[in-house]
Amino acid sequence: MNSVLRIVLQRLGLGVVTLVVVSFVIFVAVNAMPGDFAQAILGQGYTEEAGEAIRREVGLDKPYFVRYFSWLGAALTGDFGTSFAKANFAAYAGNTAGSGLDTVAASIAPRLENTLFLAGVAAMIAVPISLVLGLLAALYRNTIFDRFTNIFTLSSISSPEFFLAYILILLLAVLNPLLPSLSNVFEGMPFSERFIKTLLPALTLTLVVTAHMMRMTRAAIINLLASPYIEMARLKGISPMRIIVVHALPNALAPIINVIALNLAYLITGVVVVEVVFVYPGIGQLFVDSVKIRDIPVVQASCLIFAAAYILLNLLADVLSILSNPRLRHPK
Amino acid sequence: MTYILYLILLAGVCVGGGWVFRQSGQMATQNAPYFRDMPLGVASGFVIGLLALIGGIYLYFWNGNQFFRWAIQGFFIFSVLAYYFRLLGQQLGTSASRKLFRQMPMTAAFGMATILVYAFLAIFAGQVSIATIFLIAVVGLPLVIYAQAYFTTEAARSITWIMFGVIAIFIIMYFVGPIAPYGQDQIFPRANIVPGGDPALGGDPAFPLGTDQIGRDILSRLIYGAQNTVGIAFVTTCLAFLIGATFGFLAATLQGWLDQIISRVVDVLMAIPALIFALLLMTIASAWAGSNGALLTVYMIVIIAVIDSTRVYRLARAVGLNIVVMDYIEAAKLRGEGLGYLIFREILPNATAPLLAEFGLRFCFVFLTIASLSFLGVGIQPPLADWGTMVRDLAQFINYAAFAPQAATAPLLAAGAIALLTVAVNFVVDWMLHKSSGLKE
Amino acid sequence: MSEKEVLVTIRDLYLEGRTDETWMPIINGVDLTLHKGEVLGLIGESGAGKSTLGLAAMGFTRDGVRIKKGSVEFDGIDLVNASAAVKRGLLGKRIAYVAQSAAASFNPAHKLIDQHSEAPIQHGVMAKSESEADGIELYRRLRLPNPEQIGFRYPHQVSGGQLQRAMTAMAMSCRPDLIIFDEPTTALDVTTQIEVLASIRDIVEQFNTAAIYITHDLAVVAQMADNIKVLLKGDEVEEADTRTMLADPREDYTKSLWAVRSFQRPKKPAVQKGAVPVVRVNHVTAAYGTTPVLFDVDFEIHEGRTVAVVGESGSGKSTAARCITGLLPPKEGQIEFEGVAMPADYRRRNKDQLRQAQMIYQMADTALNPRKTIGEIIGRPVQFYTGLTGNERRRRVDELLAEIELEPSIYHDRLPSELSGGQKQRVGIARALAAEPKFIICDEVTSALDQLVAEGILKLLARLQDTLGLSYMFITHDLATVKSIADEVVVMKDGKVVEQGPKDEMFKPPHHAYTDLLLSSVPEMDPDWLTNLLAERGVDNIGDAAVDKM
Repeated sequence: MNSVLRIVLQRLGLGVVTLVVVSFVIFVAVNAMPGDFAQAILGQGYTEEAGEAIRREVGLDKPYFVRYFSWLGAALTGDFGTSFAKANFAAYAGNTAGSGLDTVAASIAPRLENTLFLAGVAAMIAVPISLVLGLLAALYRNTIFDRFTNIFTLSSISSPEFFLAYILILLLAVLNPLLPSLSNVFEGMPFSERFIKTLLPALTLTLVVTAHMMRMTRAAIINLLASPYIEMARLKGISPMRIIVVHALPNALAPIINVIALNLAYLITGVVVVEVVFVYPGIGQLFVDSVKIRDIPVVQASCLIFAAAYILLNLLADVLSILSNPRLRHPK
Repeated sequence: MTYILYLILLAGVCVGGGWVFRQSGQMATQNAPYFRDMPLGVASGFVIGLLALIGGIYLYFWNGNQFFRWAIQGFFIFSVLAYYFRLLGQQLGTSASRKLFRQMPMTAAFGMATILVYAFLAIFAGQVSIATIFLIAVVGLPLVIYAQAYFTTEAARSITWIMFGVIAIFIIMYFVGPIAPYGQDQIFPRANIVPGGDPALGGDPAFPLGTDQIGRDILSRLIYGAQNTVGIAFVTTCLAFLIGATFGFLAATLQGWLDQIISRVVDVLMAIPALIFALLLMTIASAWAGSNGALLTVYMIVIIAVIDSTRVYRLARAVGLNIVVMDYIEAAKLRGEGLGYLIFREILPNATAPLLAEFGLRFCFVFLTIASLSFLGVGIQPPLADWGTMVRDLAQFINYAAFAPQAATAPLLAAGAIALLTVAVNFVVDWMLHKSSGLKE
Repeated sequence: MSEKEVLVTIRDLYLEGRTDETWMPIINGVDLTLHKGEVLGLIGESGAGKSTLGLAAMGFTRDGVRIKKGSVEFDGIDLVNASAAVKRGLLGKRIAYVAQSAAASFNPAHKLIDQHSEAPIQHGVMAKSESEADGIELYRRLRLPNPEQIGFRYPHQVSGGQLQRAMTAMAMSCRPDLIIFDEPTTALDVTTQIEVLASIRDIVEQFNTAAIYITHDLAVVAQMADNIKVLLKGDEVEEADTRTMLADPREDYTKSLWAVRSFQRPKKPAVQKGAVPVVRVNHVTAAYGTTPVLFDVDFEIHEGRTVAVVGESGSGKSTAARCITGLLPPKEGQIEFEGVAMPADYRRRNKDQLRQAQMIYQMADTALNPRKTIGEIIGRPVQFYTGLTGNERRRRVDELLAEIELEPSIYHDRLPSELSGGQKQRVGIARALAAEPKFIICDEVTSALDQLVAEGILKLLARLQDTLGLSYMFITHDLATVKSIADEVVVMKDGKVVEQGPKDEMFKPPHHAYTDLLLSSVPEMDPDWLTNLLAERGVDNIGDAAVDKM
């Protein structure tokens, strides 16, 4: 057990290091922008004095590394700074005192919640469907069913998310008005209504992720079924059902966990486009909007959140597949 | 509640039908092993498939909508195209290429045919210049001579034929003129003409797919989109490969600290989701580029190429490492061969198959990333026509699909054009991977 | 014979396998009869279809293999037309299987005893507790160490030889009428092989189980089988009882198989005192990272001599070769060529120093670049070392091809994939010769080849040595090869040289205990060899036990 613990701790440590380095990369990238916050915030009304004042206020006059660590330290406590869009607005309105809503954290938090809800709904639908279909495709490989699903999954992997999204809108919202095509969820909405509004973007994500997950599950299971111990089980006269459940499943756990985690990580990227199509008020849409108006603090913060989620999911996959490996769980 | 009841009923029908199907199969074939050992689930599967087929036929002929019919018709047109393409391949070319075509599944044939159509559209969207034809002849001739000297006679002959064919097509297309009826940034006075070309419904026969919100011909822009979107994606992928494969093979061959450093850098870059990273860098790039659209497009190519080269690096390194452990590499090292010989003469020839497959996959990925960026408004910049931007600009017409189906076609065609190409490339890659993995399955 | 009941009958069986969308024949009309309690040895070279036939006797075909025609009957049951359920009822219960790789054939997720008792429980033969008790009893009979506890371990916690015996126990769990042994000892070292062979033979005798024993090793099958059937490319060559078959084979093919082991080189005069060796490994100590692998290894190779370096896997014999070639610079000691110390790292050796030592590899498949023609493979070192180009290079390549007995006009433009295993190995030899070296390292060059082909390679190497005055370092674990080609023998174990000397002395007692164990563990063609050996050593003194005692 000791060695497993050591490996897991190693991976966790590595994950933390990666996260720190990634945050540094993001910080460097953002600071490579021409001009600075002061110029950006003041826009046309930029004067040397006003710029200097703002720089001092935000801490831009300090050295690079000091700024990085103070940003990282603040980010760890959930303080991502002040949104440029809000600050800009505030500056024009002549209102310099920031209220609670002006911070990046405050504008991101509810949207992050919405995004997690969307990803959660998509995962709830996608994971069971794709595991079952992947298993079936592996068991009945090279049959009509397998070829059909292969074509279907390849097509849906290949299609851009917005194509799938518009096809679904066309079918389920315009031609057969079953679901709303705009997902304007808001706080305090009853759960059922919120669920219905989320369903169409969730279905789009499901289509993309299911295809990926199914293909990976199929490959993992086929790989597994080709191993000599499965042949041995068949030669012992064990029933097909028992072979799957007793012999294949315990060994399939690691690859399947991996597949699920990788695809949840993939969902993170997928939400961006889908949220824009359905005008879903999630972090992806906020991110894209901020990119367009170059709202740096928000871009920086959302980027860090996306990367952190991505790294954590990969880490989780890693750790879980180590834990489910019998060779490591029962050392010599 | 009633829906659930219906579902249970349907499942019952399927299982019951499956049982009947198996039973009758057993009787008809005197209990042949195929029917005797068929699980009930499989038999039910057949019934579900049959029901789906009947449903499809019903929708097509009686109660479906126009889009469903168009999809089915498109499917059949492309199937026929693929079939004839494969038939053609089986007749022409060397014995090896004919064998290739004989073993090719329909999906791969469809993919190849589609890729060729796209390439044709992309190359000949505008007027071909004399200089291009001249350039091809200058490059092609030495190739033909080289092939004559070093390849087998059959291969050399087919290369010569292909070269002549290509030049002939270019010359013909020079006289035929551009495929696109108008220029991609040509603006006409009438904006928002409805597709379909029927004046009664607000169309115009001169603009079969209508015009967009500022009066540009959508058909021309679709065709030019092939040139821009596909061309830019292709260039980006090539760049990504150049960077990724070079570093990957270097790392695999030299190993040691160089490998460690590059691999750790790549690990970090890959820890940020590709699209997110691209969006972040595009924000910065757009600040640098200002209002210069062309410069921003160049930045985009570099950014996506660098992000994507990390994936190429991983693969090239893995493939390289698998080859480097081979005894023939050890033999070459012990002979005293230099790094260049090792990489270009010993490793690279053995890495072409996986790299080619990866090129297809990477191309799809780059293509989709660029399309997504354009769709989000930070990708390929106007005045270049591009599919992602077209989808974004025309998307609201989908809402008219219920009463004016032809109005909704423009955005769907642009999005579909993206999907069709990636599907085609994926089919070909899938087949290649299946072939190279051999009989392991 | 005739009074015994017939258990398995195979009549006119044709099997096909799918390659590249077409069906190729694997077995062409083989007949087979097996009586109760009888052991049939199936032997043949790779590609003879032994394993496929063995599985077909169980009514089982792998994916991509099908029965074209013919019948397989087990105890009156038609296995070709039996339903899946009927076959499942037989497999594991009345017919069992022992696979080549026990490590891969045990499910890594379950304990040995659980896998052992799975078949009895599923077939309703025994209850769990009963079957576990029986498993422990079988482990004891198979002389597994610590039989009470070993079953409660996971497969990866148990050594290869023990796993192989545990798998035999698992096959025995329902007391089947028939067991198929598919090369059960091929992956094992010789000293481990003995105990597995002994325990398999005992248990099959004790329970009077019929068995089909598949192997490519004649000496092994001679110990195990009552009858031997020889297969060649899917056809039956002949079948007879073991003693008749060994003493008096009828067919030429069988005779040639038997003759392989008799190839022997004439003895060479002793090396002159004070002669400078071509290669001297001078007290070399080496390590991979911080793991030490070689300890003070010291031996010499003289001109025109073959030094065989023998030992089991992990003994450090290949590492010694890596030190000589400079791939693994030694920690201490040095490599001398003709009395001169070489730079330790190959990257610091000049072209002429690199040319001196050439290497021939075990796996011809990975030793030749699959994308290059034979002409390029041999031509490159010719050009690289001698500077010949164009027609001169071509002439030299043709000369080398003729030297290795391949027709230049046919093979010059072929790719390695178009050659057989033996031909590929010959090309590997030609590539080494192209450098015009004095010394060649042969790393297990014959162990991946069929015996007849291997013999051809050995003869070629011997001829080249006589004509070109080459020196060989011959790394092998196969003592039969050592007997036929070596002048001197170096025995290695755990990174140390245990004993060395001229071949004649080495194959005569008295020896160092390990040398003795190693040499005596090599199966011989005598059917009584195993019995005699066991009597000599005592039951408790074979295999691991014997090694541990030293």
